[in-house]
Amino acid sequence: MREIVKRILLAAALVAMLAPSALAGGKLLLGVAGAHSGDLASYGLPTVNAAKLVADKINAAGGVNGMTVEVVAEDDQCKPELATNAATKLLSDGVKIVLGHICSGATKAALPIYLDGEMVVMSPSATNPPLTQSGEYPNFFRTISSDDAQASLDVAYAKTLGLKKLAVIHDKGDYGKGFATFAKQFLDADPSMDVVLFEGVTPGAVDYSAVVQKIKSAGADGVVFGGYHPEASKIVMAMRKKGLDIPFISDDGVKDDTFIKVAGQYAEGVYASGPKDFSKNPLFIEAVAAHKAKFGTDPGAFFPEAYSAALALLNAVKVAGGTDYAKVCEALRTSFVDTPVGKIKFDAKGDAEGVGFSIYQVKGGKYVQVQ
Amino acid sequence: MEYFLELFFGGLTRGSIYALIALGYTMVYGIIELINFAHGEIYMIGAFTGLIVAGLLTMLGFPGISILAIALVCAVIWAAAYGYTVEKVAYKPLRGAPRLSPLISAIGMSIFLQNYVMLSQTSDFLPFPELVPKFGFMKHFGSMLSSSELVIVVATVLVCVGLTLFIKYTRLGKAMRATAQNRKMAMLVGINVDMVISATFIIGSSLAAVGGVLIASHIGQINYYIGFIAGIKAFTAAVLGGIGSLPGAMLGGLVLGLTEAYATGYVSSDYEDVFAFCLLVLILIFRPAGIMGKDKIQKV
Repeated sequence: MREIVKRILLAAALVAMLAPSALAGGKLLLGVAGAHSGDLASYGLPTVNAAKLVADKINAAGGVNGMTVEVVAEDDQCKPELATNAATKLLSDGVKIVLGHICSGATKAALPIYLDGEMVVMSPSATNPPLTQSGEYPNFFRTISSDDAQASLDVAYAKTLGLKKLAVIHDKGDYGKGFATFAKQFLDADPSMDVVLFEGVTPGAVDYSAVVQKIKSAGADGVVFGGYHPEASKIVMAMRKKGLDIPFISDDGVKDDTFIKVAGQYAEGVYASGPKDFSKNPLFIEAVAAHKAKFGTDPGAFFPEAYSAALALLNAVKVAGGTDYAKVCEALRTSFVDTPVGKIKFDAKGDAEGVGFSIYQVKGGKYVQVQ
Repeated sequence: MEYFLELFFGGLTRGSIYALIALGYTMVYGIIELINFAHGEIYMIGAFTGLIVAGLLTMLGFPGISILAIALVCAVIWAAAYGYTVEKVAYKPLRGAPRLSPLISAIGMSIFLQNYVMLSQTSDFLPFPELVPKFGFMKHFGSMLSSSELVIVVATVLVCVGLTLFIKYTRLGKAMRATAQNRKMAMLVGINVDMVISATFIIGSSLAAVGGVLIASHIGQINYYIGFIAGIKAFTAAVLGGIGSLPGAMLGGLVLGLTEAYATGYVSSDYEDVFAFCLLVLILIFRPAGIMGKDKIQKV
């Protein structure tokens, strides 16, 4: 008899534990996973704040299809082994949409669990290119552009300029060489464009005339440069002085006013990609004001991206009429949503369209957006 | 062939730049056997002085070539003053000390001057105006050699020839050679050794300032850090040519500049420094005293 009572109690306890997910009809759980403690907490906590602000805003307006949004935060400290724990916890809590993770490594570790559980995941900050481009995780989306987005944009722009033979030059540093390597990959993938030269220069060298002669003799009709402005200005000046008047396209290390100041007249016509400016977007201003009102400080890293991701996720649930996996994914890919980083939807691989970088050109001593 | 020549002239310019700075290293080493690590900083200070003077003169509306001349003169005087002061402050009190002490003092001076310029001027890159006018007759050379490159090469050759004659035939030059050979003996025969050493620092610093202005005008930008890399390369050139030998510094600079240019041109600029320093290692293995150095180094 006592055994039976015990079993009934156990069963009751189990039912009680399952209750939150079973009874979630009135609630929409928004999982937020990322570094909420540890060394990288400053990258993760702004996302929790963003989720809370968006939940407050949507709940004040009547919730999503009548459901109130509730934020469930799980800490992964940006560690892959903790990220899988966080993902399992969210899965067992019955969460269907997750904002996170923050770091690329942790995101990659957690994604298989989410995929098995048919949960939609959106990161505000994981920039590792294969996360979306490999196509392995159709449940993964992000509101930040990937590490190779600049290279991809620059190469696409070189194509619209009609360039065919490009010299890819970099400064041998992590940032510059990374950019240049991505650019080379995109150029190699495009049969209409060739890489005629791929070289690193020594930062701070006395002059770059030999490299410029090499670019010239390689017959390049354009230069893609990965690195920072001191080398870029020296190379551009040497090119122009040697009468090599071909387009020079670079990254946001060069989209700096010091570049124009130093290179002066020689800077004219240089292209550089740089982050899109969304500081005048009314939704961004509103989100920052809400953060100040509630938390009393300026928002931290990736706050606009996280705020936008939360808006996009909740909007998709609203459009899909529920948390059905396929319908939410479909909604993310098809319906536009207004966010602090602009009006966005997601491409087939999960990258947000229209976020990230634009091409700028130096005109009259200033960087002017050309695309 | 055209490509070969283009690389040749690029390397020649770069080599002349190294040589101009290397002369200062090699002179000082010849006299007091000190590697003056602050020499690169004197070069940088020369360039900054040139920039300030040129900016001022441009505002006052001076014509092109006179700006170059006045900027050069001012840079030479100012840098010479720095060279003189550095010697008096950092090296003279250590004259009798073990050889390592003035070397450490030189490194300290180099760091001090770099940071002094960074704090008093700026840590940013600054644009440097093109002071060398475009000569009409240089049009034929097109992309091979520009006017400012020609000026650098010619200036280096003139300086080198002038300096050699000066050391050989003038009273001060003879005093320098005497001091280099045996300082005590020179003192005994009535040479003012302190004055000779000061003069060496003044001449070396002046050459560095000439280099600083011409090179900054050629490259078009400066910051407080340019002296470091230029100094390291020039020092390499001086060692390559045989430190203490004037023609050696010239030759070492040219060899280094051309090696770098051809390594970039025919192999890859990724390995520019690799080739330059491999060459240094090889030469030091087979000729430990450098290309022009004699077993007993002929100083100055």
